Amino acid sequence: MSEIVSEEGGILTAPHVLEYPYRRSVGPVLGRFFTELRAGRIVGLRTQQGRVLAPPQEYDPETGAATGSDFVEIGPGGVVTTWSWVVRPRAKQPLDRPFAWALVKLDGADTAMLHAVDAGDLSRMRTGMRVRPRWRAERVGHIHDIECFEPEPQATADNGLGGERQRAGELAMAEEAQKPVTNIKTPMRLEYRYSAGIATSRFLHGIAQGKILGQRCPSCSKVYVPPRGSCPRCAVATEEEVELSDKGTITTYAIVRVPSESIDVPLPFASVHVLLDGADLPMFSVVQECPLDQIRMGMRVQAVWVPREQLGPTLQSIRYFKPIDEPDVPAEKLQETV
Amino acid sequence: MRDVAIVSFASAPNRRTDLRNEVEILMPVVQEAVARSGIARPFDFTCSGSSDFLQGTPFAFVIALDAAGAWPPIAESHVEMDGAWALYEAWVKIQAGQAETALVYAFGKSSPGDLPEVLATQLDPYLVAPLWPDSVSLAALQARAWLEKTGNSERDLAAIAVRSRRDAKANPNATLSGDFEIAKLLAEPYVAAPLRAHDCSPSCDGAVAVVLAAGDRARGVCKRPAWIRGIDHRIEPHALGMRDLTVSSSTRIAGEKAGVGNGAVDLAELHAPFTHQEAILREALGLGAGVAVNPSGGALTANPMMAAGLARIGEAASRIWDGSARRAIAHATSGPCLQQNLVCVLEGE
Repeated sequence: MSEIVSEEGGILTAPHVLEYPYRRSVGPVLGRFFTELRAGRIVGLRTQQGRVLAPPQEYDPETGAATGSDFVEIGPGGVVTTWSWVVRPRAKQPLDRPFAWALVKLDGADTAMLHAVDAGDLSRMRTGMRVRPRWRAERVGHIHDIECFEPEPQATADNGLGGERQRAGELAMAEEAQKPVTNIKTPMRLEYRYSAGIATSRFLHGIAQGKILGQRCPSCSKVYVPPRGSCPRCAVATEEEVELSDKGTITTYAIVRVPSESIDVPLPFASVHVLLDGADLPMFSVVQECPLDQIRMGMRVQAVWVPREQLGPTLQSIRYFKPIDEPDVPAEKLQETV
Repeated sequence: MRDVAIVSFASAPNRRTDLRNEVEILMPVVQEAVARSGIARPFDFTCSGSSDFLQGTPFAFVIALDAAGAWPPIAESHVEMDGAWALYEAWVKIQAGQAETALVYAFGKSSPGDLPEVLATQLDPYLVAPLWPDSVSLAALQARAWLEKTGNSERDLAAIAVRSRRDAKANPNATLSGDFEIAKLLAEPYVAAPLRAHDCSPSCDGAVAVVLAAGDRARGVCKRPAWIRGIDHRIEPHALGMRDLTVSSSTRIAGEKAGVGNGAVDLAELHAPFTHQEAILREALGLGAGVAVNPSGGALTANPMMAAGLARIGEAASRIWDGSARRAIAHATSGPCLQQNLVCVLEGE
């Protein structure tokens, strides 16, 4: 809750993270490429027209024809065809100091691949310069097996290159027994600062005071809670604020037997749609203090709030709804909201 | 081919950060476009363009429908692309005789995330996205290739920024505008060399909406409809190292198919989020020195993601309506380094 900030106009923002732990199957073409990377080699794929695509692709972008399996070893050195200089690297990028992104045409390839070049300083970069890969010691079959590229030393080719080559060869022998790479891990994480907008922020400020504020449509008079500043039926903005009771009626429910990160109640529990008195749109919550087999449509419930001093601009201020001793609302009165 | 025209256009203020939710941003824009069109809801077809990744809110594109009014249920579609491609879909729908009128809108909220990083997620997920190259760095690869091939200078790029920002003074919805000096801009540090801040479009939160109508329906509501005389879009391979980044083949072909060369061009609204891209697009479309490019200030002064391409079409149409142009070109782009391009030819009668 401390991460929620009230910004200009009282609009609330909070951190929000999207995270996808993708594991991707790579197929035979990229599988071969990654398997070779693990062994410290780079391969391209010769098309029917005789062009060498690097990295290899399943289909020739010029003809659309399947590229087959005519793999050829290329590089490991190559030429920078164009580059840009990153002044402030982002945390996820390959290097934590200023570096170049470059398209590198590896020796023997007809296309270029993108990677980072660790040149130290912008003044060391130029189009046409020669670079070579800096291999990671522990390779798994991933584009990150190449830590980055680095400028090739000005001296002759056996200035360290031969040793690198030999070491890669030894590793290759040791690893050739391993199975081909069939999938790679490509986790994705994006961090956002989510804004609740005008209407929902007003609603959440109300919640922080123990009040439930809806908004009435100026056209059809329906009352929405939580409000989003609009009537989806009439496509008009809603501004008139309406304070609602914290009592309502269950319009529908489900018994949940799998845990949810955002709902902190013991399993199993009932998730419900509650139509608050005076509202025309039910809101989502959970029901407690009630045997699951007694929960029903039309049942009357009331919000159970966190203690007053713990109230905040979040729906977690309402812990759950509990049954109250009032007669059920007949089903026909709920028809429009089920 | 049926006569289809753009009859109205509206835009949000394109602030760098707009804390309103997507519907709060979009609704006034849709209402303004609808009111200006003189056509009553419901439209025969509604189509939108947006990307939930920008703001990190799954199904934001569904929530946004509240701004269009989807009750009783409407005929609707959505593209995870710039709204210019939503307009293309609506145009096809009208060509097919399935609609006489269409509402097209687009929105993008970039401020919640790190936009250049978010855009890395659109890249090849096996070989490129795991390196997290940001969109500005990729554009800079293209800029360098173009500068070195053509012999143009960073000063030439700054001149494009200065002209765009000056023109944007007349655009109330521009994120930035004003008079700037080339020398001062060139004294600023690189963001991703050879690009400086002025070479890159400012990130903003925005939305636009346009209304399309066919034949007499358009003539009935608009004194001087902006007729779509040609529209085409083309895409290039995703692998940057397999393309010639110094030219835009897809724009050239789309321009030919849309008939750009079939008459004199008065002005062009080109969706160039980076200065050098404007020069590449000009060349691809064969636009001479006499063609006014981006009189609105263009994407370099307001680039609401997923909406800036549709905005180009709306801005070009606006100049047909007011009589300042007889024939205008609008262009939209998508993907890294001008990967995908749409060209639209508009004419007044």
